[in-house]
Amino acid sequence: MSFEAYLLCIIGMGFVTYIPRWAPLIYLSRRTIPVLFSEWLRLIPAGILSALVVPSLFISKETGHLALFQGEFIVAIPTLLLAWKTKSLALTVIAGMLMYHLWQTYV
Amino acid sequence: MRSGIRGTIVESCGVAWPICIGYVAVGIAFGVLAAQAGFSLIQIALMSVIVFAGSAQFIAVSMISSGAGIIAVILTAFMVNLRHVLMSSSLSLFLKGTHRGLLSAFAYGITDETFAVNLIRFNRGDWDVRRALIVNQSANAFWIVSTVAGGYLGELVPPGSFGIDYALTAMFLCLLVFQLSGKITVLVSAAAGIFSVAFFLLLPGNFHVILASILAATLGVFLKTFSEKSPSREGTGHVV
Repeated sequence: MSFEAYLLCIIGMGFVTYIPRWAPLIYLSRRTIPVLFSEWLRLIPAGILSALVVPSLFISKETGHLALFQGEFIVAIPTLLLAWKTKSLALTVIAGMLMYHLWQTYV
Repeated sequence: MRSGIRGTIVESCGVAWPICIGYVAVGIAFGVLAAQAGFSLIQIALMSVIVFAGSAQFIAVSMISSGAGIIAVILTAFMVNLRHVLMSSSLSLFLKGTHRGLLSAFAYGITDETFAVNLIRFNRGDWDVRRALIVNQSANAFWIVSTVAGGYLGELVPPGSFGIDYALTAMFLCLLVFQLSGKITVLVSAAAGIFSVAFFLLLPGNFHVILASILAATLGVFLKTFSEKSPSREGTGHVV
């Protein structure tokens, strides 16, 4: 791909990435939205966070197949407990990294 | 909430740092990969500035280096990043009547990670668009610098040192726990997790996140409406 084509390509990518980030903010922040829709939107974060992270726990990065008891999931159990008990993002992230490091080094 | 510009910046950086650590890890990995695929530092920097979307950038590098056309790459980026519609929509609940220019600047930096962190703070009620914008732009700066550094350093950095690969996973797990308040949110997140894995395995493309979240949130609204109308739920203590 030539540099010009590459530039065109990433500008296109930038455009189609920006619009979904921008349009709902501009449109919805100017309007009163139906109660049912705002209740739905309030449930989206719990759904989306789980939908983002759960596949990385149970699907092997190498093979792309289901891997039920890999390190990512095993380490997630104490990480979740720690998040729940301490309510501290900093502590959870650091402890999670440390536990994953230990898992990779010793298991 | 601290006051003054300095306090605002300090506070926002205190919130942004887990994202920044994660982006250093992922950004370096991206830079190494892109450099190996023959991308120049300028090309890497331009993509990180113009697109700023981790997974779409990884996919674009592999598509471009295997000879895919411009339209195919752009369409794929669109589909992969369509999930941001949901994030932007749910952030809009907290940004009623905010200046359009500020919203347009803020929109650029909405990623999975900045969304999650900002939303938690907006939910707590001690957050505003300026602080959220600083979080976005700190993450953006770390992303750009790390991807270029990765391209420059090549393979000097051993992959996955210090468990750094797990930084974003741990962050998402923690933010997910913060989102759980009552039965409905627990059910929604459990359903979304199961749906997401199933769709990942069953469907081609990258629709698992968006489909799973839509389905799970819809299920949640149904359950909520049903349980509120159900006569057996009379009395106190039923908190959603």
